[in-house]
Amino acid sequence: MSFHEVELVIIGSGPAGYTAAVYAARAELAPVVLAGSVTAGGALMTTTEVENFPGFIEGVKGPELMESMRQQAERFGARILLDDATRVDLVGPIKTVETGAGETFRAQSVILAMGSAYRKLGLPDEERLTGRGVSWCATCDGFFFREQEIVVVGGGDSAMEEALFLTRFASKVTVVHRRGEFRASKIMAQRVLDHPKIEVAWNSEVAHLNGAEKLESVTLRDTATGVERDLSATGLFVAIGHDPRSELVTGTVDTDAAGFVLVDHPSTRTNLPGVFAAGDLVDHTYRQAITAAGTGCAAAQDAQHFLAALENQATPVTEAEEVFA
Amino acid sequence: MSTLTAVTDATFEDEVLDSDIPVVVDIWATWCAPCRQVAPLLEQLAAEYDGRVKIVKVDADQNPETVIAAGVTSIPTLGFYRDGVRTDILIGAHPKPVIAEKIEALLA
Repeated sequence: MSFHEVELVIIGSGPAGYTAAVYAARAELAPVVLAGSVTAGGALMTTTEVENFPGFIEGVKGPELMESMRQQAERFGARILLDDATRVDLVGPIKTVETGAGETFRAQSVILAMGSAYRKLGLPDEERLTGRGVSWCATCDGFFFREQEIVVVGGGDSAMEEALFLTRFASKVTVVHRRGEFRASKIMAQRVLDHPKIEVAWNSEVAHLNGAEKLESVTLRDTATGVERDLSATGLFVAIGHDPRSELVTGTVDTDAAGFVLVDHPSTRTNLPGVFAAGDLVDHTYRQAITAAGTGCAAAQDAQHFLAALENQATPVTEAEEVFA
Repeated sequence: MSTLTAVTDATFEDEVLDSDIPVVVDIWATWCAPCRQVAPLLEQLAAEYDGRVKIVKVDADQNPETVIAAGVTSIPTLGFYRDGVRTDILIGAHPKPVIAEKIEALLA
């Protein structure tokens, strides 16, 4: 166990965390980034092409974009640790953050940028069949379903991207969506609709996962009529959205009912002085790499102003204490 | 770069099933970002458990027989073997303490 006194700890390393690190490092706050022992780089690490991040004419691969952001932050002096924040105390003027590797950081300010985690379907057999056909990472696992029939659940850009990626391997991909139209961007939805290997099961939800040792089929239920039908599938990729990873701060930092951290818009201030939040942890609306990066930038500037104000206060506070002593 | 023994379809029986000590098998692939993040943790654990547990890796792309026999459709997947039998499995990228707990259970 070792202790470190720092000005700013950033928890998380997606576009929000790394952008906060770039700005904070350039403000000479020497931020420590707890990037995660197995989650460094965040959600973009398992995506393929990112086509909508400004500045990349031909698109950029998710992992490459995150590696560039990491190196950019390091270039200005951010310390990036492949370690997890396991316990935090954010209430007092000195925040403590403990890590999985046994380090303790004492910081005057903290930026929360833990992002979000894949949402599960919530079906009884989901856990049992995870890794036996049920997957959350198309780029990792698509390979295992060569010439097989795959189901992708969801109607957003993530679901479209996964379905399109999986056509490289699968004989057939069925996109299962609860509504009668996708909420994905038009360009992505059209690519899916035009793809010869992809079928869409509209107004449908997955009711059951079937298979003893591994996934063999899924039972779809029509959301309007309730009629059920079985669809043969050995692979099921779930892309129905994300839930904020706010467990670490639940109970001390204010969140909404769904767990998104509440901030004092347009700033990134949470209910606790010196604690700021950015990215998908906060955002239940836009959830884009670029919006996360934008709020990460804002959080770094908010933290910088907070720290500067602390420094300015330091002298008068001491004088006042002397007066009252 | 990696210090872990690479096991293949041809060597799986010798290295894993016939091993004198318990074995952790990491099924991974070059394209799998979470696999790359778990790899350094496994190397640390291999050093910490040296002589008591063997940690090996199987490249899923090169060793289809092992992958099919293990029933693996998600990577990274860690298989925990003792006396030629898989006693436990860990799917996905997990922090070191979670993996260490599984190794302790394998040794118990």
